[in-house]
Amino acid sequence: MATLTESVGKATIKHLDYVGGLSLQLWAAVRALGEALPFTGNRYRWKATVRQMLQIGVDALPMVGLMAVCAGFILAMQGAAELRRVGAVHFVIDLVAIGFTRELGPLLTAIAVSGRSGSAFSAEIGTMMVTEEVDALRVMAFEPVEFVLVPKYLAALIAVPCLSIVSNVCGILAGGIFMFFSTHLSLRLYLHDVLTAIQLPDVFSGLIKSLAFATVIVHVGCLEGFRVRGGPDAVGRSTTSAVVKSTFLVIVTDVVFTAIFYLTGSH
Amino acid sequence: MSIISVRDLVVEYDGRRVLDGLTLDIEQGETMVLLGGSGSGKSTLLRHIIGLERPRSGSISMKGIDITRCSQAELKLVRRSIGVAFQSAALFNSLSVEDNVALPLREHTSLAPSIIDLMVWMKLAVVGLAEFGKLHPQELSGGMKKRAAVARALALDPEILVFDEPSAGLDPIVAAELDELILLLKQAFQMTVIVVTHELPSAFRIADRIAMLYKGSFLAVGTKDEIKASEDPRIRQFIDRVPGTTAQTRTVEASFEKYMQSQEINP
Repeated sequence: MATLTESVGKATIKHLDYVGGLSLQLWAAVRALGEALPFTGNRYRWKATVRQMLQIGVDALPMVGLMAVCAGFILAMQGAAELRRVGAVHFVIDLVAIGFTRELGPLLTAIAVSGRSGSAFSAEIGTMMVTEEVDALRVMAFEPVEFVLVPKYLAALIAVPCLSIVSNVCGILAGGIFMFFSTHLSLRLYLHDVLTAIQLPDVFSGLIKSLAFATVIVHVGCLEGFRVRGGPDAVGRSTTSAVVKSTFLVIVTDVVFTAIFYLTGSH
Repeated sequence: MSIISVRDLVVEYDGRRVLDGLTLDIEQGETMVLLGGSGSGKSTLLRHIIGLERPRSGSISMKGIDITRCSQAELKLVRRSIGVAFQSAALFNSLSVEDNVALPLREHTSLAPSIIDLMVWMKLAVVGLAEFGKLHPQELSGGMKKRAAVARALALDPEILVFDEPSAGLDPIVAAELDELILLLKQAFQMTVIVVTHELPSAFRIADRIAMLYKGSFLAVGTKDEIKASEDPRIRQFIDRVPGTTAQTRTVEASFEKYMQSQEINP
């Protein structure tokens, strides 16, 4: 019995410790975020931010675009199969348009970014821990959070919403192509219907979510990196757990935000 | 007054005492070698002296500021006067050698780029790497990496220069060259030098004083002649390279018997 309580207690403390570490890191990053801004901040951080934006955003474009196109087709086909039975194929347009702007666009993007960049963050920082580079930063009077994490965070805050918009557009276009081939609806009419279906709050709620996802991915990835102790195997483990934890937490965050939007009635 | 004074330093990891009430004064302008075998706690002591970790109890003051209790801002200020050459060199792999040395100058001073270029060239020339500035760390040999790390440590003209295992992983000739470099730097810049090592020839070549660590406490602190003449059996064992008993037949036999007995009790 004592061992059961012991292990439950240990696991609880471990999780609390993780959440605490995450919160402290987030607080430190938010306080230092100004350092990475262009013109007012440190120009080397802004340069690093731009480099990161290219890696997180531009390099991920083909993958995110293709994923969104596939998901758009899937959603349209599955929706049409059911809606056709009640003679409401037309509602596929609403399904795809609203489904993507509110939900699928940001979520798919977050999963792609967490796999591509979340793992890269933890591998980069983990290697820096192993090779004493993080210690070197600290003895050279640099704050590792400000030097390494903040450019990634700012870059993700800018790039992930942009990617989400790209993902929305690709998914909705895929829906249009499906509608063209299945019901001969012209793309122009489709887009017109899409624009009447989507309202501004839909777009905003999607973008707010994608900001939250970016925060989760960057902070989990970097925290996993900073917690690396030991050698190369620890870096490998941290990369795996960065992807697993950030994907999991992205979904949890999604539930929380969707519930908030649902309860406050902005949907 | 001594430039660094360590008072009753106690460090514990997971309840295991690693450093046990160490007290040490390092005078301005001297070369202090922290000598000891693996696991003696010398690297731990060094990490505390350069403020990377906070001890369980005791104090370390550097130029009159207690770095175990001071604010982050004060610690940053103190760090500006320390240069550290890490065991693994800890150069930033994404930057060229030049940029590695220039980094603290660019970020911590407001010097003009042309002046920084000149200073970087001077630091690299001091360590004999003037022609290799454009290379990346992975293109350098082990000895060159260590010298580049010294150049970076020198960037802000520190008062205290710290070396962690300078000769680890180097052949005897390159290691001896590094010893000469340390002597030259001390003579040229009147720096206080702290070196952590387990290499006796190196220690006796560069040291003014040696502090001999054994299992977390000092066996002796004194000039190299005092250490050489010491009668303490543990110091003699280290100096005369007498092997320990871990690999002797008798020890192996004893631990084997112990293992067999524990197997009999728990079949």
